[in-house]
Amino acid sequence: MNMAAPISRLRDTRVTLAHGGGGRAMRDLIDEIFVSAFGPPGMEDQARLTSNALVEPGARLAFTTDSFVITPLEFPGGDIGTIAVCGTVNDLAVGGAKPLWLSAAFIIEEGTEIALLRRIVASMVREAAAAGVSIVTGDTKVVEKGSADGIFITTSGVGVIAPGRDLLAEAIRPGDVAIVNGMLGDHGAAILAARGDMALSTAVESDCQPLGDLMAAVCAAAPNLRAARDATRGGVASALNEMADAAGVTVRLEETKLPLRAEVKGMCEILGLDPLYLANEGTLVLFVPEAEAAAALAAMRGTAAGAGATVIGRAEPRGPVPVVMNSAFGGSRVVDMLVGEQLPRIC
Amino acid sequence: MRYVEEFRDPKAAKGVLAEIARVADQIGATAQEPVRIMEICGGHTHAIFRYGLDKLVHEGIEFIHGPGCPVCVLPMARVDECVEIAEDPRVIFTTFGDAMRVPGTKKSLLQAKADGADIRMVYSPLDALELARRNPDREVVFFGLGFETTTPSTAMTIQAAARDGIGNFSVFCNHITVPPPIKALLDDPYMQLDGFVGPGHVSMVIGTHPYDFIAEDYGKPLVVAGFEPLDLLQSVLMVLQQIRDGRAEIENQYGRVVPEHGNPMSLAAIADVYEERPTFEWRGLGEIDASGLRIRKAYAAFDAEEKFGIGYAAPRRVVEEVEGCACGAVMTGRMKPTACPQFGKGCTPDMPLGALMVSSEGACAAYWTYGGARMVEAAE
Repeated sequence: MNMAAPISRLRDTRVTLAHGGGGRAMRDLIDEIFVSAFGPPGMEDQARLTSNALVEPGARLAFTTDSFVITPLEFPGGDIGTIAVCGTVNDLAVGGAKPLWLSAAFIIEEGTEIALLRRIVASMVREAAAAGVSIVTGDTKVVEKGSADGIFITTSGVGVIAPGRDLLAEAIRPGDVAIVNGMLGDHGAAILAARGDMALSTAVESDCQPLGDLMAAVCAAAPNLRAARDATRGGVASALNEMADAAGVTVRLEETKLPLRAEVKGMCEILGLDPLYLANEGTLVLFVPEAEAAAALAAMRGTAAGAGATVIGRAEPRGPVPVVMNSAFGGSRVVDMLVGEQLPRIC
Repeated sequence: MRYVEEFRDPKAAKGVLAEIARVADQIGATAQEPVRIMEICGGHTHAIFRYGLDKLVHEGIEFIHGPGCPVCVLPMARVDECVEIAEDPRVIFTTFGDAMRVPGTKKSLLQAKADGADIRMVYSPLDALELARRNPDREVVFFGLGFETTTPSTAMTIQAAARDGIGNFSVFCNHITVPPPIKALLDDPYMQLDGFVGPGHVSMVIGTHPYDFIAEDYGKPLVVAGFEPLDLLQSVLMVLQQIRDGRAEIENQYGRVVPEHGNPMSLAAIADVYEERPTFEWRGLGEIDASGLRIRKAYAAFDAEEKFGIGYAAPRRVVEEVEGCACGAVMTGRMKPTACPQFGKGCTPDMPLGALMVSSEGACAAYWTYGGARMVEAAE
């Protein structure tokens, strides 16, 4: 096949304030970078949406929004575009919704390379296709150099929750089993290494991935699935603390069962960090009744994002604190919410 | 992870714990009349709580948490001075991460950063020197903090700055040394200690002989220990065996890292750049003779105290502790963290009143974070 590429009117190599000025330069940027890639239906400022899923009696809409800022913009395993799509898709998915549509709003710092912008948009297109969602509307603003750090992206997402499905952390009961879908802390470790401050080199990649298929599989296999959370900022520890508090239970983790890469463990040892607090971008923790745990695990392992699914602990009647962990060494300790940021230690 | 997980083997731990219990019984240690062992280093305090060792050992062993957390013993006046330097618009102030949240009288470095000061977290003083190279029109100040573990790296950075003639770099020196506060604690008539677990990383630099006075002059045993749970348990056992046998010696459990005479290159760099201060203030302990280091006159061009006319280069400022803060009593082992009226109420890691709650290596933060205290409280 030999198709002539359309002649590009976007000659600049970097974004300038003109690209945000409302004139022809802006039109060219939007058409060539965003519209051609995302292919939104129609060319009105609003997206007009229909879906068969909506007409089912008892179906509900789910609606979520998230802003994404990250340094560096590109990192091993993804870029800001990947997480802008996965993050919002996953917020919908862990709530039990089928993700359908996204909006994407860009704040771009003057001087940003257009080639970089193209790569980020390409990542978004790829992740959206993998997640089965369409990017249907958007916006761009260009700000003066120094007013933003490269590119900020806000995505909002709409999905549909099937009739009768109601995932709630409050529904978690003592005896329920806590399951994660794979390795913990890879994203946080990859970003730390990619920042290059520590002269640590590692092959760890971000776990950034959409979780819609995995959630659909678990919902089908474990009809009494209680609740799921994506363990992004604050890591698995923070997600578990929130869920345990909402349910009025204590979650007991088994340190020996936590899926951790040797590289991530090693990096945490050197820097004095706890992998339970490292951010993830494609890792969730969910609770199912014990009777459905085997079915949930099998269903998860049958999906691309759930190959490493494993049980990490279980809920028990509320004790003095929300989350405790039986350590590999034989003791037990509290796993608290993260205070502020994790700061590398002196010595 | 090789060389780490071997030292976390629960089976081996059971054996050592049983032996600790046997020797503790031979000594006659009980919960009412415990053997009191001070772990000097904050890293050890952290490990004891992370692995729940305080609950695993025989009930007749009480850990007293020593002054070995450099962030915790930093006087508030020094934090105020950091903020003052950092708020100078000419300055890029660089610091290790865990010093960011230590409260001064008005604000912490983290708050000063939010107020507009150019404060950057670095992982090594060499990163700060590199910043100075790249920003010749700014004064880059590094917050030199820590015991003998971190002192060699700032010393070598100052040597490099001198060698390369980098005029816009200086160090705000708060380096302190381990042996003097141990002596001060041993001289305190209220302090009753039966033995010490000595710091591993510090000893890697200074060796084991600087502790000789503890055995020779005070008749107390000290065992230099590594940081894994089995290292700590074995060291506790070695201290107990000494007590049982009526010995007082300096022993080295951490021989795989700590050479008897320390690291000569590091010691030479320290001696070249630094000299003892006549006295230095420790939070909770007060002024201790010859316990801090300052930059020698030959390197005065890299001394932030000289450049900015602050600290011991200026008239002393005395800062009162926050009312109700018992960090001093906790740090000298006179009070358990949980006995402090502010613990978990007016003082938590979110809103620390005192420094022991700020650093993860502070005794109060370790009690709080790993929950010994909260679990016990709930059980009572």
